[in-house]
Amino acid sequence: MKTSWRGLAPTAPAAIFLLAFMVGPLLLMLYVSTLERGAFGGVVWDSHSFVAYEKLVFERDLIGRLSLNPDYLTIFGRSFQLAAITTLVTLAIGIPTALFMTMLPPRQSALLLFLVTVPFWTNLLVRNFAWILLLRNGGPIDGFLGWLGVTSGPIDVLYTPLATGIGLAYSFLPFMILPIFVAMERIDRRLIEAAFDLGANRLRVLTRVVLPLAMPGIVAGSVLVFVPCLGAYVSPELLGGAKSMMIGNLIQAQFGASRNWPFGAALAMVLLVILLMGLGLLSLSGRRRKVA
Amino acid sequence: MTDAITIAGVRKHFDGAAAPALAGVSFAIRRNEFFTLLGPSGCGKTTLLRMIAGFEHPDSGDILLDGRSVLGLNPNRRPVNTVFQSYALFPHMTVAENITFGPEMLGLKRPEIRERVARMIALLRLEGMADRRPRELSGGQQQRVALGRALAASPQVLLLDEPLSALDLKLRKEMQIELKRLQQETGITFIFVTHDQEEALTMSDRIAVMSHGEVMQIGAPVEIYEHPANRFVAEFIGDTNLVAATCVARDGAAGRFTIPGGSDIVATDASGATPGAKVTLGFRPERVGLDGRVTAVMQHAVYLGTDALLHASLPDGTVLRARLRAGGATPPATGSDVGFSVAPDAVRVFSA
Repeated sequence: MKTSWRGLAPTAPAAIFLLAFMVGPLLLMLYVSTLERGAFGGVVWDSHSFVAYEKLVFERDLIGRLSLNPDYLTIFGRSFQLAAITTLVTLAIGIPTALFMTMLPPRQSALLLFLVTVPFWTNLLVRNFAWILLLRNGGPIDGFLGWLGVTSGPIDVLYTPLATGIGLAYSFLPFMILPIFVAMERIDRRLIEAAFDLGANRLRVLTRVVLPLAMPGIVAGSVLVFVPCLGAYVSPELLGGAKSMMIGNLIQAQFGASRNWPFGAALAMVLLVILLMGLGLLSLSGRRRKVA
Repeated sequence: MTDAITIAGVRKHFDGAAAPALAGVSFAIRRNEFFTLLGPSGCGKTTLLRMIAGFEHPDSGDILLDGRSVLGLNPNRRPVNTVFQSYALFPHMTVAENITFGPEMLGLKRPEIRERVARMIALLRLEGMADRRPRELSGGQQQRVALGRALAASPQVLLLDEPLSALDLKLRKEMQIELKRLQQETGITFIFVTHDQEEALTMSDRIAVMSHGEVMQIGAPVEIYEHPANRFVAEFIGDTNLVAATCVARDGAAGRFTIPGGSDIVATDASGATPGAKVTLGFRPERVGLDGRVTAVMQHAVYLGTDALLHASLPDGTVLRARLRAGGATPPATGSDVGFSVAPDAVRVFSA
C-alpha cells in the first residue's frame, strides 16, 4: 500500500485542484440547498429544511397546504426539449459539414477548421446580441423575407422559443462539428476504398462504414451540445422571451432577483443528478456495445 | 476464349512526379491464371492494380475485362475485388459481417448470403471465429478474413496487393501454399502484386517483372529465372553474377568472351553480340563450378546450410560467386588462385 501511495504523489496537484475547485463548491452547493433562505437574501447557515426541493414540485399556500405546481417542471421540460432539438439540428448540420471538411484536400480542410473556431474569438454575449439585430422585426432577415414576398408582415421571431433555438444551435454548432470531424478524419481511407471495392455505393459507404466508425465523435458531439445547452443562460436571456425561460435563467434568478439561494442550489443539484444519470446510462450502453 | 484482363497501352503520370508511374504498359492476363506483378517499390505495380480495381484512372490507354472496357465503371460496379495490403477489415463488424458485406451489396437473397458466408468460413478455415472482431484475430487470421471477404463477392478477378508482406516468414510460406490452393479451387483469376521474387516464383503461373513504369519481361517463373530478358531482370530475380566482357569470336549462336584477367567464358546463346562488342555476362552462382580455367582470387566462403557460397574477385574487383553443395569439396583457402568453370548454357549476354 505504501508504494502505491507514493506512486500517486505526482497526481497530488491535480487532486488538490479538483478538491478545492470542484468537489468543494459542489458540497457547498449541496449544503446550501438544504438550508433555509435568509429574509434578505443569502441563507441561514444553521437552519435546515427540504423546502427548496419541495418547491420544485409543490406550492405551499399561506396556511401551509401543499398543492402541485407545474411551473418549474415546465421550465425543466422546455429546457430538455430545447436542448434535444438543438442537438438534433446541430447533428443535421454538423455531420454533413464534418464529412465535407474531411473530403477536402488537407490545406482547405485546415482553413475550414480554422473558420469553424473563429466564433470562439468573439464573446458569446456579443454574438447572441448580433442575433437580436438580425432577427428583430424590421431587421435584415425580416426585410429580406418581406422583399421576397415570403412573409406579409413582421416575422415576430425575436423573443420566442424559436429565437432561443436559433441562438443555441448557432452557439453550440462548433462543439458538434469538431469531434465529428476528428472522428471522421481518423477513419482509414482504405476502409472506404474497401467498401467501394466490395460493391457499396456512396450512400451505403456512408451508412455502413463512415457513420458507424464516426459514432464515438457523434456521441461526443451530442453530449458536448446537449449538456451545456440544458444549462444555457445567454441565448434564452437575450433572444427568448418570458415564455422561453430555461433552467439556467431560473437558477440565475434565484441568486439574483428572487433571493432564494437554497432553491437555486437545489435546482442546480437536480439538474446535475439528472445529467450524471444520463451520462452513466450512455457509457454503460457504450460498454455493452463493445462487449457484444 | 478472351483474356480475363487486357492492359492496352496504359500510361499514368501523377502530378508533380518526375517520372511517369506507368510509361505505356500492354499485356494480357489469361483466365484462371495466377498472374504476378513483380518489381521494386515505385515500379508502378500497385498503380496498375489500383487501376484495374478502379481507384486510379490511366491518362491514356485502356483496361479491358473479358474484352470490354471497364474505364467507365466506378470501383463498386467492377466485377473485381481486392485483398488490401493492410487487409482493411471493417473494425466495427464481426468476421461474419465483414464477409457478408460484399454479397449484401450485390443484393443477394438472405439464404444465399448465409450459404456463401458458411462456404467462405469453411474454405478459409475460420470455423469458430465468425462472431469475433478483426482486432481479436492474429495477423494470419485477419489475412484469411480479408481473402474470404473479397472472394465472397464472387469476383471474376481477385486483386491481391502485397497481402503477405505483414506476416512472419513461417506464416507467409503457409499462406503462399494456401493462396495457390484457393486459386485452384475457386478457378478465379488472381493478380498478385509483390516485391518478393521468391514469393512470385513459388506461386505464379506467369510473372510480369516491372521497373520504372515499364514491363521488363513476362513469362513463367522458369523462363524468367533461366532466361532473364535483360540485366535488370537477371539482377532482380535470384542471385546473379554480372561480369563485364568483350566478345572475341562467334560460332553459330555461340560466342566466346574475355573477361577482366584474360580468362575466357563461352556462351551457348550469344545472339546479338558481334566480335569486339562490349557486353555484360550474367550467370547464376549455382551454375559455377570449381573445375575450370576462369581464374579469380578466393576471398571467403559463406556457409548457408545446404550450400556454401564462395566469393572470389577478378583483377578489376568484380566479385564472382559460386554456389556449391555443402559437404562436397572443401572450399579453397583465402588468397589462393582458383579456376572456376561456368556452364556455357547458363550464360546470358546483355548489352553493356
